[in-house]
Amino acid sequence: MSDDVAVEARGVSKIFGASTDQEVRALDHVSVSIAQNEFFTLLGPSGCGKTTLLRLIAGFEHPTDGAILLEGKDISALPPFQRPVNTVFQNYALFPHMTVAQNIGFGLEMQGQSKDEVANTVGAMLVLVKMENLKNRRIDQISGGQQQRVALARALAPRPKVLLLDEPLSALDLKLRKEMQVELKRLQHETGITFIFVTHDQEEALTMSDRVAVMNEGRILQVGAPHEIYNRPHDRFVADFIGDTNFMPAEVIEHDESEVRIRLPSGIEITVPAPPGLPQGSEVTLAIRPEQARIVTDSDAISIQGSLTDEIYIGTDTQYRVDIGMTSPFVVRVQNANGERARIPLGSRVGIAVDPRTIQILQD
Amino acid sequence: MATSSRPFSIKRMPGFSLLALTCFFALYMPLAPLVVYSFNAGDNIALWEGLSLRWYVSAWENDLVQSAAIRSVVVAVIASVVATSLATMAALGTTRTRPYRGQTSIYAMVNQPLMVPEIVTAVALLIFFALIKESTGYHGYAYLISAHTAFCIPFAYLPIRARLEGMDRVLETAAADLYATPWRSFTRVTLPLLLPGILAGAMLAFVISLDDVVITEFVKSAGQDTLPTYMLGQLRRTITPEINAISTVLLGVSVVMVTIIFFLSRKKA
Repeated sequence: MSDDVAVEARGVSKIFGASTDQEVRALDHVSVSIAQNEFFTLLGPSGCGKTTLLRLIAGFEHPTDGAILLEGKDISALPPFQRPVNTVFQNYALFPHMTVAQNIGFGLEMQGQSKDEVANTVGAMLVLVKMENLKNRRIDQISGGQQQRVALARALAPRPKVLLLDEPLSALDLKLRKEMQVELKRLQHETGITFIFVTHDQEEALTMSDRVAVMNEGRILQVGAPHEIYNRPHDRFVADFIGDTNFMPAEVIEHDESEVRIRLPSGIEITVPAPPGLPQGSEVTLAIRPEQARIVTDSDAISIQGSLTDEIYIGTDTQYRVDIGMTSPFVVRVQNANGERARIPLGSRVGIAVDPRTIQILQD
Repeated sequence: MATSSRPFSIKRMPGFSLLALTCFFALYMPLAPLVVYSFNAGDNIALWEGLSLRWYVSAWENDLVQSAAIRSVVVAVIASVVATSLATMAALGTTRTRPYRGQTSIYAMVNQPLMVPEIVTAVALLIFFALIKESTGYHGYAYLISAHTAFCIPFAYLPIRARLEGMDRVLETAAADLYATPWRSFTRVTLPLLLPGILAGAMLAFVISLDDVVITEFVKSAGQDTLPTYMLGQLRRTITPEINAISTVLLGVSVVMVTIIFFLSRKKA
């Protein structure tokens, strides 16, 4: 299987300002394997270390500890210009004194390719990113979206083993961002190059990636396919960072390999699937997604009870907030079928029904 | 009440426009008679006798003016080229390195000549060069040229450093990412983007060298008059509109250069 690994970080730590007063541990023993031809996303809030990890793979920084491997070879000591890895920078970093075509050809020229080879590849890249008719424009004569395409073409032209993308869509407006998300997926598919994408936008991460690594405070908390990260978050940070989540304390009554019997604050006992490696100890936190709960007004299958405080219409869905006697209200999201929505008077007693199989027990 | 809702503007302070006009008048008005009387047909610098180019012709045909002008230009070209090269290296050394101890003091030391009174530098150089002349017996142009080079460095350094600081360092990172060695990244990305700053610095140094009187007067050996020191010498004798003509030409050169520097400095990085 190791043949299929494109990039591997082995116990990588990065400390900035080491041996000074302002020592910052940007990465803390990070280990991760990224497969060939994978669209892999590093997701986390600003300052979580995701960009540092990207810069370590590019060679702009060198690890304080641990190693970066590219196709099994340790490249930790190589300078960036000797690594077959290219970057799309957040603000594109296009060369302002060169044309579109000269920018795209720069890497090829630096690799020592002949004029004809460079011209051929640049031509193919211009077609790939649909910029043929703007090839002689200067960088300040094209729009932000077009600059984005040039930056992509420039980084893809030398056919790197891995393409690193540092929040490349953050400067674009929403509509263009959605278009570029599709475009990036297409480019990754057509070129067959491994993409490592850095973002703080969880929606972007979920829609584009084959796998996502959620990072916080210099550590990778969870790696998995988007649906795993969303449906089976391992800890409170991941559950909270990705999508909306209701948290609820609970007490473990008994547990075996596959199931756990827990008691909710209201005294109701339910049985839910046991997560791997459930901690010993009786206090746990439950995570329940708003769309996996239902509002019920009859008395069957009621797990949790409270009074309805708010009803918020958000187009496709309606959000109900229910006061269940905890600090924050329990949020339930219901899809508006046929544009209709159930009308429930505010202040009325309602029940919240949850399928126990969708409840996540968090180890925090 | 309508006035109070408008944003504050210094232009509406009482007397502000008048003060501004007075300043411009004081700065530029004295130049007018100088330029006008350079075209005087008569011998007097204050008595108008009709329009003529005779003083320009006279200055052009004056061997002393010619040789001083050529000397001025040669010294200014050599001094500005050497000073700009050194200033470029200094600017790279103070912005494109990892921060090191003493970086700020190096910056201050490069700019120090701007603060030291020129007459002090001039006297110091006079004494220092006298010692060297004494021991080596060499009396050539090297003294004048090295003195000019030295005081031109900070003038060349400032626009170059400003441009380097305004340049996005991520461009050099991008070049390295695209397989450019540090040297090729410098020649293909840093240097082309720095060029307007280098040209501005060189032209500023050229103008400063061309204009210099004090240091030149103290450092030059016999027969090494530059145009400004020649003019100073002439003023001690009879003053003719020839001086006006030479001054007007120098003024014209300076205005052209400063205008070019202005546009170069504004060019986007």
